[in-house]
Amino acid sequence: MARIGVFICHCGENISATVDVKQVAAAAARIPGVAHSVEYKYMCSDPGQQLVKDAIREKGLTGVVVAACSPRMHEPTFRRACAETGLNPFLCEMANIREHCSWVHEKGDATTEKAIDIVRTLVAKVKKNKALQPIQVPVTKVALVIGGGIAGIQASLDIANAGHRVILVEREPSIGGHMSQLSETFPTLDCSQCILTPRMVEVAQHPNITLYSYAELESLDGFIGNFKARIRRKARSLDETLCTGCGLCTQKCPTRKIPGEFDAGLGLRPAIYVPFPQAVPNKPVIDREHCTYYRTGKCRLCEKICPTQAIRFDQLDEIVEVEVGAVVVATGFDIKHGDFFPEYGYGKYPDVIDGLQFERLASASGPTLGEIRRPSDGKVPETVVFVACAGSRDPAKGIEYCSKICCMYTAKHAMLYRHKVHGGKPYVFYMDIRAGGKMYEEFVRRAMEEDGVQYVRGRISRVFERDGKLVVKGADTLLGARPMEIEADLVVLATAAVAQPGAEELAQKLHVSYDAHRFFSEAHPKLRPVETNTAGIFLAGACQAPKDIPESVAQASGAAAKVAALFSRSELVREPLIAVVDRQPPPVYSSCVGCFLCQSACPYQAIEKEEIRGRDGQLIKTVARVNPGLCQGCGTCVAFCRTKSIDIQGFSHEQVHAEVLALLNRGERDA
Amino acid sequence: MKTGFYPGCSMKGSAREYSESLLAVARELNRELPEVPDWNCCGATAAHNLDPDLALALPARILAAAEKDGMDEVLVPCAACYSRLKVTRHELLEDEQLRQRISGLVEADYRGSTEVLNILEWLSRVPELEKHVKKPFQRKVACYYGCLLVRPAGIVKFDRPEDPQTMDLLMRKLGAEPIDWAFKTECCGAGFSVSRTDLVAKLSGHILEDAVSRGAEAVIVACPMCHLNLDMRRPNIEKRAGKKISIPVIYITQALGLAMGLPAKKLGLQRHKVAVKISAANAAAKDI
Ligand SMILES: Cc1cc2nc3c(=O)[nH]c(=O)nc-3n(C[C@H](O)[C@H](O)[C@H](O)COP(=O)(O)OP(=O)(O)OC[C@H]3O[C@@H](n4cnc5c(N)ncnc54)[C@H](O)[C@@H]3O)c2cc1C
Ligand code: SF4
Repeated sequence: MARIGVFICHCGENISATVDVKQVAAAAARIPGVAHSVEYKYMCSDPGQQLVKDAIREKGLTGVVVAACSPRMHEPTFRRACAETGLNPFLCEMANIREHCSWVHEKGDATTEKAIDIVRTLVAKVKKNKALQPIQVPVTKVALVIGGGIAGIQASLDIANAGHRVILVEREPSIGGHMSQLSETFPTLDCSQCILTPRMVEVAQHPNITLYSYAELESLDGFIGNFKARIRRKARSLDETLCTGCGLCTQKCPTRKIPGEFDAGLGLRPAIYVPFPQAVPNKPVIDREHCTYYRTGKCRLCEKICPTQAIRFDQLDEIVEVEVGAVVVATGFDIKHGDFFPEYGYGKYPDVIDGLQFERLASASGPTLGEIRRPSDGKVPETVVFVACAGSRDPAKGIEYCSKICCMYTAKHAMLYRHKVHGGKPYVFYMDIRAGGKMYEEFVRRAMEEDGVQYVRGRISRVFERDGKLVVKGADTLLGARPMEIEADLVVLATAAVAQPGAEELAQKLHVSYDAHRFFSEAHPKLRPVETNTAGIFLAGACQAPKDIPESVAQASGAAAKVAALFSRSELVREPLIAVVDRQPPPVYSSCVGCFLCQSACPYQAIEKEEIRGRDGQLIKTVARVNPGLCQGCGTCVAFCRTKSIDIQGFSHEQVHAEVLALLNRGERDA
Repeated sequence: MKTGFYPGCSMKGSAREYSESLLAVARELNRELPEVPDWNCCGATAAHNLDPDLALALPARILAAAEKDGMDEVLVPCAACYSRLKVTRHELLEDEQLRQRISGLVEADYRGSTEVLNILEWLSRVPELEKHVKKPFQRKVACYYGCLLVRPAGIVKFDRPEDPQTMDLLMRKLGAEPIDWAFKTECCGAGFSVSRTDLVAKLSGHILEDAVSRGAEAVIVACPMCHLNLDMRRPNIEKRAGKKISIPVIYITQALGLAMGLPAKKLGLQRHKVAVKISAANAAAKDI
């Protein structure tokens, strides 16, 4: 005979303000099989848990129902309490009378009735619960880091320094990400390359890190602790083991007029190239789209001059398969380009540029060697207009959010321009200045007060060319919306920070969720900012939302700490709430008829074929079996099975049926 | 597919030539454009400044009449009327309670089946328009859209609000060369024509000066209000600018008519304040 204990929580007033908890306790006590029923102000508190534990011991309970908040909140708490008394934790259930009842209804009898109903169903369920044992799975202590920007670099180094192996996959020919393109960095104006390059080199030399540059994730299967990743190493057209990085090929390549990605289209590069001198690895790739040989079948000059014969024109992409226990996604962001701002002439006038292009103009390694010269004619601009919030915070453009980094880098740009062009006149058009961060506000003030940058609060309506000047039309909203017209030589748009191209596709490969703007979603916006909803997959850097360098690095170290914590155990414990296929004694063996409909339905490839053989080794029957390591307990197979041979432990047909009956028979029993 | 025609007040008065040229072109294209039966004022700027219900009720009555008459769509050539009808349609379909209340006010039920079209949409749907061109309009033109054809973007859902292209594409089909300029959607002064003529002189002046400086030989419009400010207010514009500005302002339907080889009189070109001394290529100036 079942002896169930029911524990009703007030949740402060969250529940008791709308539900009459005393009445619920009294009603629960009358349900057959309930041996104990009490209410208490905070059941999750220490004394609350003690109530549960004492009752289990004193009344010899065989099952527990805690009527409180969502099981997502406190199921682990109460199951742990039960386990401490020796009661199998899976004999404890939560009746959610907060989210499902008190929070969504008004105070009244009907609300209390509903709470009683919820308790009733869970009591019916728990009577059918079986003791279950957690599943142990081994952990592969290798981490996969996707994206080699500053976030991916930091995460890789931290994990590697904790003593674990790291596989770092970077899509481009070199690691470094956006930070490698920056000139100097706010708020201290230290040179970006100077602080980044040592980290990049450390990655290259770390014994625990394997770097696959010019590579992309092809697929990811498996689950926390036991992922299988397939990585596509794109053909560099080069034998990396032979290449010494001497650079002869890149100097001699005759196809040289290709707009370089690294210089944001402002400089030119050859068809065989290393994106920038400090690249890691410092080995070139052939851009097959532009290479004369791939286009016309003639040239092969690089092959002829390469001192180590490293060029491989016929190289194919290579797929590498690796087993990893955790994944850190650090694929970063992009900025809005192109046709998005027809009103600002971006893409139409060469002297309307974006922030990254300005970074390249200001960078000592850039196409102008750090002199601010405008792209059209190389003239040093006398007046420069910087436009903040270009596309950001603009629902009409479909980007409602603040890009967060641009207020700061715009101040930096205006400052750098003043430092480099002494008589220059910089204007910044802004909506609000968002400079929350250590030494950030002070930095912006410095731009205004010491460097004489003219800040104008207002948005610009249009940029157009007139007599060789860019006419910027705007309004100064602090001076009564006075219309303004500035004749500028260069216009720099702080265009919105957006998700990486391909972010959506990657998220689908990883089974992680993403938001409406294709930034990856964290598991909880406040309390789990580096985890995704998929166990074992973590986030770092600007792939989750626009972020500056300090924030990206902090999150990367956070993700690395999570990985290290995961790798501190050699086995993982998983909840046994998975599917099982019916097994019976001979001569039936199993009600499964071996149709394997479930196999095609399973999204996790968790269904295997098992041959049941007699003592003489003769095959009796082939039936389905669930791989407990792969099953995620989604229940799809259960719906497909024609003979009801598959069940989910903890949510069996019998349990769910009992819940439904408890509701249906309520009237009769109460009458 | 039945397409109705809502002229509104200006097409019957100050912008008669817009209506004349539209109907002439429609006849030539073999399209019938029956007027919405028993139509009324759309409320223009006045209604929605004074009484929100009235601002919806007036267009609702027009839409209901068109719907009752079995019109699948209504062509509204005046950009201001277009805006009122389009916005009303949007608001009524967004809010069922509002729709019922307004329907009650005008004692006519609009269910939303009749669409609202502006002139550019209507012309863009003519298949192979270029085949009707007899005298290519080989001129540099400034396509001027004004404010209401493309805004509010979320409601009209027509073209790019900041740099629309439809009229440019149409003029190209007629053989013209649209200039690249920045004043396509700048304000002409609109309803301030009477109360603040000085402002109109300034704003419309900027538009014309930019068009002229980029070599345009005509400004093409699709709105009676824009036409009025750019054409009828020319003396004020010239006085403020301190110089003569002789660029003509012609309706897209007139430009099309000229390219189709229709006589200038039929297109009402003689009604403009600023003499239209251009014609489609090959047509002698005396045609006009
Ligand atoms: C104009 C400008 C100026 C800035 N100035 C400053 C500044 O002064 N100070 C500051 O703190 N911050 C600044 N920032 C912000 C800074 O750039 C970011 O904070 C930083 O780059 C974020 O690093 P990340 O590693 O998250 O992303 P990223 O730098 O974007 O790196 C992501 C990496 O992942 C790779 N990748 C992408 N997709 C894949 C894939 N599918 N598979 C494999 N690899 C992939 C990319 O190639 C890249 O290498 C600036 C940003 C801009 C745009
Ligand atoms: S950071 Fe500043 S410039 Fe960038 S979107 Fe936010 S408010 Fe606008």
